[in-house]
Amino acid sequence: MNAAGFPLLSLLTFLPLVGAGIILFIRGEEAVVASNARWTALWTSLITFGLSLILWFQFDKTTADFQFVEQISWMPEFGLGYHMGVDGISVLFVLLSTLLVPVCILASWEAVQSRVREYMIAFLVLETMMVGMFCALDVVMFYIFFEGVLIPMFLIIGIWGGARRVYAAYKLFLYTLLGSLLMLLAMLLLWYEAGTSSIPEIFNLQLDPSVQVWLFLAFLASFAVKVPMWPVHTWLPDAHVEAPTAGSVILAGVLLKMGGYGFLRFSLPLLPQATEWFAPLIFALSVIAVVYTSLVALAQEDMKKLIAYSSVAHMGIVTMGIFTLNHQGLSGAIFQMLSHGIVSGALFLCVGVLYDRVHSREIARYGGVAKIMPSYAMVFMLFTMGSIALPGTAGFPGEFLVIVGAWQANPWVAFGGALGMILGAGYMLYLYRRVVFSRISREDLKALLDLSPREYVTFAPLILLTLWMGIYPSSFLSFFEASVAALVTRHEAAMALPRLAGM
Amino acid sequence: MYVGAVFFPLLGACICGFFGRWLGDKLAQWVTVVCMALAALCGISAFIQVGFNHAPATVDIVTWLDVGGLQLSWALRYDTLAAMMVGMVTLISTMIHLYSVGYMSHDETQPRFFAYLSLFTFMMLMLVTADNLLQLFFGWEGVGLASYLLIGYWYERESANRAAMKAFIVNRVGDLFFMLGMALTFWTFGTIEFNGIFQGVEAARQSTFAGMPVLELIALFFFLGAMGKSAQIGLHTWLPDAMEGPTPVSALIHAATMVTAGVFLMARMSPLVEYAPNVLGFVTVIGATTALFAASVGMVQNDIKRVIAYSTCSQLGYMFFAVGVGAYQAAVFHLFTHAFFKALLFLGAGSVIHAMSDEQDIRKMGGIWKKIPVTYALFWIGSLALAGVPYFAGYYSKDMILEAAFAGHGWTAKYAFICGILAAFMTAFYSWRLIIMTFHGTPRADHHTMEHVHESPAVMLIPLLVLAVGALFTGAYFYDQFVGHHWAEFWNGSIVNAPHNHIMHDAHEVPEWVPLAPTVVGLAGIALAYALYMFMPKLPGRIAAAVPGLYRFLLNKWYFDELYDRIFVRPARSLARKLWQVGDVKIIDGMPNGAAALTVHASGRVVRLQSGRVANYAFAMIIGLVLFVSIFVFGVGR
Repeated sequence: MNAAGFPLLSLLTFLPLVGAGIILFIRGEEAVVASNARWTALWTSLITFGLSLILWFQFDKTTADFQFVEQISWMPEFGLGYHMGVDGISVLFVLLSTLLVPVCILASWEAVQSRVREYMIAFLVLETMMVGMFCALDVVMFYIFFEGVLIPMFLIIGIWGGARRVYAAYKLFLYTLLGSLLMLLAMLLLWYEAGTSSIPEIFNLQLDPSVQVWLFLAFLASFAVKVPMWPVHTWLPDAHVEAPTAGSVILAGVLLKMGGYGFLRFSLPLLPQATEWFAPLIFALSVIAVVYTSLVALAQEDMKKLIAYSSVAHMGIVTMGIFTLNHQGLSGAIFQMLSHGIVSGALFLCVGVLYDRVHSREIARYGGVAKIMPSYAMVFMLFTMGSIALPGTAGFPGEFLVIVGAWQANPWVAFGGALGMILGAGYMLYLYRRVVFSRISREDLKALLDLSPREYVTFAPLILLTLWMGIYPSSFLSFFEASVAALVTRHEAAMALPRLAGM
Repeated sequence: MYVGAVFFPLLGACICGFFGRWLGDKLAQWVTVVCMALAALCGISAFIQVGFNHAPATVDIVTWLDVGGLQLSWALRYDTLAAMMVGMVTLISTMIHLYSVGYMSHDETQPRFFAYLSLFTFMMLMLVTADNLLQLFFGWEGVGLASYLLIGYWYERESANRAAMKAFIVNRVGDLFFMLGMALTFWTFGTIEFNGIFQGVEAARQSTFAGMPVLELIALFFFLGAMGKSAQIGLHTWLPDAMEGPTPVSALIHAATMVTAGVFLMARMSPLVEYAPNVLGFVTVIGATTALFAASVGMVQNDIKRVIAYSTCSQLGYMFFAVGVGAYQAAVFHLFTHAFFKALLFLGAGSVIHAMSDEQDIRKMGGIWKKIPVTYALFWIGSLALAGVPYFAGYYSKDMILEAAFAGHGWTAKYAFICGILAAFMTAFYSWRLIIMTFHGTPRADHHTMEHVHESPAVMLIPLLVLAVGALFTGAYFYDQFVGHHWAEFWNGSIVNAPHNHIMHDAHEVPEWVPLAPTVVGLAGIALAYALYMFMPKLPGRIAAAVPGLYRFLLNKWYFDELYDRIFVRPARSLARKLWQVGDVKIIDGMPNGAAALTVHASGRVVRLQSGRVANYAFAMIIGLVLFVSIFVFGVGR
């Protein structure tokens, strides 16, 4: 049936839901409930992560096929079924999701004090949705998980968020929902055309270029909002600012990747002509995203907002890489998504550390933190360097590969993307200088404590990964090598067809 | 041995950085010093092995990247060029570590300092031993990071933070082109490993990219990258500000090693750069202009470290125009000797600053030479070498560069020669202005400081002495190998001159007055400095008052900082603010928020229709009925 011998992917997907069910039945005093809920959630997510490591070890890197496949026919007369599986593109995103959830639960250990039980349930449900989304090989399931992610996220921001949380939550919800509805139409059309909802079977469709254009636009509406691409990015800073720290981590770490993943899963293989046709538009939007949002980040006075804008800029590199349609660009884009998931997630955690102590996200409120929190300063420095893509940290290989790939597509695009190197260094170092360096100006800052053991544990896996991905990226790149190669071949073959037909 | 030279500093940095707090200051320091000493042992023996026994080697470590034909490994490439750099970097870094033990003894966070210093050394070694462009870029950015951390070492000083940021960002401008250069290299040669590139050069000579010869374009990108790191005119603004860092840092990073990385890059890429004649012309002009510009600014600065910083900038200009005329060997030779005497000068300056209770303004010094005689003597040696006085190290290398420039072809080489001679005069002038103002004349410091003036401890003087030996003898000793009769065997193919390039030969056959010229102008510069500052100390002020425009132009460093502030920094800031407040908040967010407001507004109006009065409803019904009936009767009927 599959390499693991048991339905691993379903287990990964629904185990958190079981954990959530258990938490639901915890009864007792409030403090006891809170503590039990925390531990249950942590253990559930840790077990899930442990199980997901099977993927890391048993995944066959030599093939581009779907692996660990589970397929159950559900409504055969409509071609609907339960279909799970991962290929090189999705497998690391599953691991990223299962890794970040325990990190988030640890990060919320003390920060969240009200309605702990509900919070933990929301997180576990969120994990189910995320993992399910990356594993789903059936458009209907994909859509359900894709949309389902929104519900816990909406609650997390709307209930445990900051002062303007309701505005931010609605903005997030409406923006993404609006895009997704068009995607639903596109998926219905695909289902109707193919007579099945199974993604591998839909891949066999040969769509007319004029239909492709409409489908592409429909998918674009949804994925562009999720990525987010300029100019539909403004929900992100608001959502990040208002979300609790862990919410931001998941938002930056996994949710933004769903858009890029969508492009790779649907737009590229299904709509080759339209992809080629729209690539210049995407390049233009990506370059604008990189330059524009980097500049905007430079002007921010709120730490989280600054990092949120930097996320938009980094995701601009990702979309640029995806639409280069060559091996380097695509690999770089996937790698950049993974590294951004780690690094920007970690940066939000860094902000969270200060926020937990001082309860302010305002940059001007800080200064001279290095003096009293040297370990924190070092950790923050590492992730700052990761964010500005210093070679040897996770941010670099992705950005480098994308720029190499983009050069082949269009040197000016590569130049635009590379401008992000300068601007990125500008806003991140400016942030770091104002928060961590200079003299301590406020008395209350002198009483801050350096990282606690719990915070060390939270950061440890991210630090390790940031360095590992930077120094030895091969161990990650090898996962999607075959899949990317297959994607490129497939695309080139599809582009060759109409030319032959034209002759 | 090969691996040890590179990785001992990393070991030291890790031990000191992560466990420094538990080891205590003293132990942490000595751990890094010992690690560096081991590295220097390995490095120097590697240099002897590779350079003199002609046994180049490549040590593969592990595969780094493998993406669709882009294959790279971490590997250490030891050819003569790399081995020479390794030997030089490890030796000088060891001396500077040792010196720092004394210089930083009053600092609060010494392990941090030493960890950074060792980290820097490691990155620099990675840079010079790189086997491919990406690894070189790793070191390139790594030294940038270390430089950023060390310039901003005293992070409580706002000016230090600003200088650190400036250094990093200006360097990044160069790095952008480096990155694009790598991309173009990959698509041209299908690899970015040096061996592969160099083999492909012959085939790529005819290919063009967007109408331009591809080799020219690649060389241009790399040179623009090198300009950032090596502070050439236009991207030099960060270097003088970088003097905010502790003095040993200025000596190690901003004089002896990191800033010369650009020159190293050009030498490393010589097989490719040789076939980009137009870019070489550009390099010559930029290098020569930098040499002249920085020397002219150096003549009027009043901060002891800034004078030396501009001097560094100017000497880097010399190296670049040597590259530009095709004499890479001469450039690298000057790089090598310069490392010794410039480190010596900086450390000497540090010793002075140490003695003067952290005073850096030479207008507040003077009359201290009797109190710190050793430093004074060493400062003389450094300055003599810098000015190119015969038989000191700088004499050999600088003469070689100027001879090469004279022998070079085209107007660019002539321009470089003239600039070089003028700059040599200025160099001697500002060096002795510095010596006289710092050590001679009436004491201008306050009474309190003067009482404290003392010679530095042995731990600081020993490194100075070692470097002084270098400044005295490296020129004479290595001349034959680097640029003399044996250069071809010595470099062993690690630096390549194209078949049409005979500069190394021609440079030795210039008219007799050419080798003499730099010495003559140098001595003239010294004499002028003596005349103005020793014997007629009132005169310089009067000259400055007579040409206030020129003086201010030089004092303000040709107004580069102000210009960049106007055209880049401030517009970027205001644009950033506008994009945010207008672009994002008003326009992009305005639309959905506006739509939402419109909906609320409209529904508010619609609500009013439901007034609750039966008469209104009945009236509306009748109007509707009339409308429908009329449409039915008149409309459909026809």
